[in-house]
Amino acid sequence: MKLYFKYVAMLLKSQMQYKASFIMTASGQFLVSFTAFLGIYFMFSRFHTVKGFEFSEILLCFSIVLMSFSVTECFVRGFDVFPRLIQSGNLDRILVRPRNEIFQVLTSNIEFSRIGRLLQAILMLIYAIPASGIIWTLDKILTAFLMVTGGIAVFSSLFVLYAGFSFFTIEGLEFMNIFTDGSREFGKYPMSIYGEGILKFFTYVIPIALFQYYPLLYLIGRSDNIGLIFLPLMGFLFMIPCYCFFKFGLRKYKSTGS
Amino acid sequence: MIELKNISKTFKVAKRNAGFSEAVKALFKKDYTYIKALQDISFTIGDGEMVGYIGPNGAGKSSTIKIMSGILTPDSGECVINGRIPWKDRIRHVKEIGVVFGQRSQLWWDVPVIDSFELIRDIYNVAEPDYKKTLAQLIELLNICEIVKTPARQLSLGQRMRCEIAASLLHSPKILFLDEPTIGLDAVSKIAVRDFIKTINRENKTTVILTTHDMQDIEALTERILLIGKGRILLDGSLSELKMRNSSHKTLTVDYTGEKLPEYENMSVIKDLNGHAEIIIDTNLMTVSQAISDISANVEIKDISVAGETIDKTVVSLYKEFNI
Repeated sequence: MKLYFKYVAMLLKSQMQYKASFIMTASGQFLVSFTAFLGIYFMFSRFHTVKGFEFSEILLCFSIVLMSFSVTECFVRGFDVFPRLIQSGNLDRILVRPRNEIFQVLTSNIEFSRIGRLLQAILMLIYAIPASGIIWTLDKILTAFLMVTGGIAVFSSLFVLYAGFSFFTIEGLEFMNIFTDGSREFGKYPMSIYGEGILKFFTYVIPIALFQYYPLLYLIGRSDNIGLIFLPLMGFLFMIPCYCFFKFGLRKYKSTGS
Repeated sequence: MIELKNISKTFKVAKRNAGFSEAVKALFKKDYTYIKALQDISFTIGDGEMVGYIGPNGAGKSSTIKIMSGILTPDSGECVINGRIPWKDRIRHVKEIGVVFGQRSQLWWDVPVIDSFELIRDIYNVAEPDYKKTLAQLIELLNICEIVKTPARQLSLGQRMRCEIAASLLHSPKILFLDEPTIGLDAVSKIAVRDFIKTINRENKTTVILTTHDMQDIEALTERILLIGKGRILLDGSLSELKMRNSSHKTLTVDYTGEKLPEYENMSVIKDLNGHAEIIIDTNLMTVSQAISDISANVEIKDISVAGETIDKTVVSLYKEFNI
């Protein structure tokens, strides 16, 4: 863990070498998610509810998903840009160092500029918390907290899965973005509004609804089922097959020339 | 102790012809060819040895190094290094080896080199007193005192390479793999790097395995060479053995005054212009002194030099001999 912070310090030092680039990327990130926010805002100024969800409830959902995603994108960036690691041959360097591979991929890249997106998520949350009219008892706070951590777990797993695929394709697989970036976009609204089929897909195949739709129902008082609070923890189980797949890919690793 | 026995490795490579329509076709149906990168490679390297591993591009040098350093898993065969199988016991194995990839950097690009060194110290868990001692030794031998405080991206290639080598040795590995360490370096840096490699091999008893295309590296450094071509070991022996194979030809370079040289028996004049001539003789047919006296009978010799076959040429002729 101590070593992890040393890596973090190193990457921070490196990225601060390019201050202007950092500030511009971070503000860009902020603006991109802000337009998404505006999209929802203008829609609700016309329709008021979507499938029974109110504006503040949607915002709550969106900010939680965005928060999980931006934290993941910041700290699990190494897996997000994993194809680059293979192409540049830097994976070879990782493999000749006496530390766990997962740990080293995580520390190969941390994208601090994602702080812009995180800031946006925090601002939305600050707005949505009082506006939603939820009475924030201990169980509700726990629910929200587990939603964020479960989200981080699921998004990280997706990144690891994506990295695993790139062992076989070397190039990045754009279709995987449907699940990573796509889930972030889908995740703006509670999964139920897309219909039964999509909800099932995002429950049983890619467990996004587990940290988003179901606990949200409890959070906004649509359901009294206490079990829903802990559903996001299932997201951690999703890590296991993704990790195994990555390990499998690593065994098949071919390295690049020279 | 490094032991490789019957190591083989095959790569599957997608192939297609040039052109857009071919590219579209390849989307749906790919043709694969199998490239035998390594076939039945076996050799043993003892502790403290210094071995040159040579061969043309694509012969399988890097693949062998990658297998020995635990990056690649071979299809078949055994590889035991200091009692461990590299790809099975990766973490413990890599603690005892250092690897320099000449064409890739292991330093963090934007920070001073010394910061990279310190992070590497933590990655390898090197105790502080050991680190200080090793670092002092490396800084002195490689003469990098002035440059370790500079960010890696601002170093020249020669300076960076010296730092790369230092970075690979901070944890005092027992075995050092150098994959083209002198590539792209100028003469001064090359000599500095060579001297350093010699020193650590002698003083620290570090086993050194070196791949290179620079025959001067081999000549200056290694006693033993392994020649690989098309994935097979072609020659495992000493450098002089390699030279012996092809040393019956000598080249005489002569500067003289007088008439143009006549034709000689047993000597072939390959160049003769304005009093400067190059002559090749076969020492099985005549001695060098005989040749010189024959030439001086005709012209006044101002300067003369005798050279054996260069190692470059020897290697090229070996490639031809083995058809690679």
